[in-house]
Amino acid sequence: MTRIVNFAHGAFYMVGAYLAFTLTERLAGTWGFWGGILIAAAVVAVLGALLEIVLLRRIYRAPELFQLLATFGVTLMVQDIVVLIWGPEDLMGRRAPGFRGAVEIMGQLVPAYDLLLIVLGPTVLGLLWLLFHRTRWGVLVRAATQDRDMVAALGVNQKWLFTSVFALGVFLAALGGALQIPRDAVSHSMDLRIIVDVFVVVVIGGLGSVTGAFLAAIIVSELNAFGILIFPKISLVLVFLVMAVVLVIRPYGLFGKAEGAQRTSLGLSIRPWRPFTQAERIAVGAGVLVAASLPLFLGNYALTVGSEILVFVLFAASLHFMMTVGGLASFGHAAYFGLGAYGAAFMVKLFGAPMEVALLMGPLMGLVGAVLFGWFCVRLSGVYFAMLTLAFAQIAWSIAFQWVEVTGGDNGMLGIWPASWASKPAAFFWLVLGVVTVGVCILRVLVFSPFGFALRAARDSTLRSEAIGIDRRNVQWAAFIVAGTFAGIAGVLFAFLKGSVFPDNLGIPISVDGLVMVLLGGIETVSGAVVGAVVYKALAIWLMSQTEMSKLILGAVVVLLVVAFPKGIVGFLEDLRHRRRPASPPAGFKAAKVEAAE
Amino acid sequence: MTPLLQVENLDKSYGGVHAVRGVSFSLTAGRILALIGPNGAGKSTCFNMLNGQIKPNAGTIRLNGADITGLPPRTVWRRGVGRTFQITATFASMTVRENVQVALLSFHSKLASVFRYAGAAYRDEAERLLALVGMEAQAERPCGELAYGDLKRLELAIALANQPKLLLMDEPTAGMAPKERVDLMRLTAGIARDTGIGVLFTEHDMDVVFEHSDSVMVLNRGELIATGTPEEVRRDPQVRAIYLGEGLLYDAKHREGSAA
Amino acid sequence: MKLEVSGLNSHYGPAHILFDVAFEVGAGEVVALLGRNGAGKSTTFRSVVGLVSQREGQIRFDGTDISRMPTYDIVRRGLGYVPEDRRIFTELTVEENFSVGLQPPRPGVATWTPERIYQLFPNLGEMRKRPGGQMSGGEQQMLTIGRTLMGNPSLVLLDEPSEGLAPKIVEQMADAILAMRKEGLSIVISEQNLHFAKLISDRAYIIEKGRMRFSGTMAELEANPEIRDAYLAV
Repeated sequence: MTRIVNFAHGAFYMVGAYLAFTLTERLAGTWGFWGGILIAAAVVAVLGALLEIVLLRRIYRAPELFQLLATFGVTLMVQDIVVLIWGPEDLMGRRAPGFRGAVEIMGQLVPAYDLLLIVLGPTVLGLLWLLFHRTRWGVLVRAATQDRDMVAALGVNQKWLFTSVFALGVFLAALGGALQIPRDAVSHSMDLRIIVDVFVVVVIGGLGSVTGAFLAAIIVSELNAFGILIFPKISLVLVFLVMAVVLVIRPYGLFGKAEGAQRTSLGLSIRPWRPFTQAERIAVGAGVLVAASLPLFLGNYALTVGSEILVFVLFAASLHFMMTVGGLASFGHAAYFGLGAYGAAFMVKLFGAPMEVALLMGPLMGLVGAVLFGWFCVRLSGVYFAMLTLAFAQIAWSIAFQWVEVTGGDNGMLGIWPASWASKPAAFFWLVLGVVTVGVCILRVLVFSPFGFALRAARDSTLRSEAIGIDRRNVQWAAFIVAGTFAGIAGVLFAFLKGSVFPDNLGIPISVDGLVMVLLGGIETVSGAVVGAVVYKALAIWLMSQTEMSKLILGAVVVLLVVAFPKGIVGFLEDLRHRRRPASPPAGFKAAKVEAAE
Repeated sequence: MTPLLQVENLDKSYGGVHAVRGVSFSLTAGRILALIGPNGAGKSTCFNMLNGQIKPNAGTIRLNGADITGLPPRTVWRRGVGRTFQITATFASMTVRENVQVALLSFHSKLASVFRYAGAAYRDEAERLLALVGMEAQAERPCGELAYGDLKRLELAIALANQPKLLLMDEPTAGMAPKERVDLMRLTAGIARDTGIGVLFTEHDMDVVFEHSDSVMVLNRGELIATGTPEEVRRDPQVRAIYLGEGLLYDAKHREGSAA
Repeated sequence: MKLEVSGLNSHYGPAHILFDVAFEVGAGEVVALLGRNGAGKSTTFRSVVGLVSQREGQIRFDGTDISRMPTYDIVRRGLGYVPEDRRIFTELTVEENFSVGLQPPRPGVATWTPERIYQLFPNLGEMRKRPGGQMSGGEQQMLTIGRTLMGNPSLVLLDEPSEGLAPKIVEQMADAILAMRKEGLSIVISEQNLHFAKLISDRAYIIEKGRMRFSGTMAELEANPEIRDAYLAV
């Protein structure tokens, strides 16, 4: 309802479960159990309200993706905090008093507790509907969802309105988590598991439609149940397959309505982009030369790390091209990275091809994947586009995971080593540096080519671009394919760097890493992703080596960066430079003063 | 002689609303035709069908005799129809000149080109179009910071990039100051008469309508209720009752406007 | 004075929009703020109600300094704002739109109910359950004014109420504004349509490029064609 796509919801769900676990263990009796669950949900709701006040209020005006990124940072932190407090083991909760038995329905034993939950679901749905349609609070919330400034201009304190909505949402999430404890073990990975399910449910149902979400939840759980019984092989794919089908047929979900114009178009910069000046070109060239001279100073381990960072530079640059220039935020870009990696692995393992051939052929897998998935994805836009890319990435991941005969499943494919001339870390580093430099340069040239302009045109105004003869879908499809191919190249390099490929290469964490790098670098910049990738990857690797609590610190850094540098690192530097420029000095100076005064 | 634009029995309903009912009219090259009517009368629907954004339920649209009914906007554009929007639609992340350059690149079918700097393409042609609408001094400015009247002029330059035969302008002067309105329409009228473009526009400013159009159509509840010269339409009692009102505002104003 | 603004400076990011803007509105007065598009009319209104965060200067409403207050607080004091682009809640019905604007009655100020607003705009009374998104431009303009009246304001800022409306609807708007004035409301309208402004307002200000260029009665403006031509260019 608040239109904040919230990663942290999974975290609240998890914290609700953990808190309820502790409370129900401490408080005795029937009242203790149910009271514990309610108290846990209420406590988490208060925590959620605090988070809203402290963090989210500062970023409501930022693009949706930034909000997503901030909540992702929070999720990372919560994961470590939970481990810190409750330990890494799974915990088994108490059974619900009064609902221990099972009821026989049509010859099947159904646990009584499950029946309770089945009744509870529609009840909560009904209450929510009444709340939103029959109370003034509900009307205000629906109004504020559309236009928060206007609600304020009618005398409503919308800050508290949003805090209360957020707290209600968190309460329900925590309640959901707490109610799970008699059924399922509590673990510190339950947040990501549930959030993916929830996203799928919400997208199938249609954003902002409570009824739709409820119906979709039923469909999804049915699919999960029957999938395991009937198609065990593809059970993981099934849900995402259904989501993909729903989105292609009904682009706004079952009950959703067409989205209005997005508040802020992604990657839209008020300052038009310019190609590098001569001086800047020289500076970039010098930077590449410095990087190329690194093997003279650094040891093998550092060079391997350096290669990994470079691989992610290319990966992030390819995603950045699609997101910033194309305005297409992909949540599943790892699919093409992973496909490239698997492509290389197949070449080496199945055909015994040498590295050079694999290097050329591997990215083709990324390309083919992008051609196929992209065709569907560009039919959608905004959050729905993002969700469909996520669905396809999950499908690709599931195939890699479950098609054991070919991919080795969870065990991955091992022994994918570079050719002998590139086997030394220094040589491989140079190879990676060369490929990545050329790749990033090509992407940059594309931005300023007529094709890049057509892509930006389609992003800035679909209406106008269609009215001047630009076929939005085809242009965006082409961009999707370009980005997928370059991600594939990065994936191939990654496979040879690690000597192996695993389903994780296609997984959500890599997609998210890519998003974080792009946003860190700055979504309004031409090549900010390069900087974002270097900073994020270096930080992540360094933190892993230094501390157990790497997620906590990484999450905190991400949150801090979103709040302090909403335009990303490069965007921030450009702002600084722009302010110093004498174009409109009094205005810039005054503006800074006013900001400081606030 | 085949008219430039020939519309026959255009019909559209959606969501239970019969938005446009059996509208027929034609437009000759070099003429300027105004479409007026109350808010919600179906003017925008009509317009969006002409350039392909909405598919009509029935009826035909012919451009120089060729049927263009139901073609997508980009194809209609390639046939020689330019359009401006009620709420300006431009590319905010580009400079003023780049906005025109994209349209020119598209017109010359060069958008698939991958390894050239687009900012250098068709520069002179873009400058010429900008000069035509009086925007040449602002070519380097970011489009995102333009004043509204300038955006409208930029839209006109973009719409002229494909050397159109027909220009569709949806409320071309909405949100502009009176002087700017007159200037923009004079400019448009001049271009239309010089190059033989047919212009169809919607407008609420009767000053603009009565001064610059060769003929006027009035749409009410999806139906054409009057067609004729500005003078005829202005005297039509039905049009006065439905749309023009008692003339408290506009009759007086128009007399002043034409005197100036 | 009902509303006194002086030394108002506003910015959007690095762009300085308003320069030392000053104007005042007396109780029960209808004042027109005239100027071309982009002259700063909307920014002036948005600054007064606190929707522009980078603003500095004196804004006194009923004698209280409101220049640092959040928007909702300003509006709760009885300063109503009707935005230029109407911004009705498209998913909400007419009645629900009204209920968002609802504020408690204010002593000494006309109290509005949906029924009274339907008297002002009879069209709305015929479509109480219709979602705002399915209304024509003129009806939406009536809805947005009615919604603000539900807050029982003592002063209303009306941003371009005649923009994009059929002449006949504009005449209805003028009648409605005069009726509101009869209820004792102070009204500020921003306009480009000088003839519309003449019909309803007592005094006028002219703003150009973020600076006030003229202040006087409508008659004085009438007597000064050179000012009119320089800044309004009719």
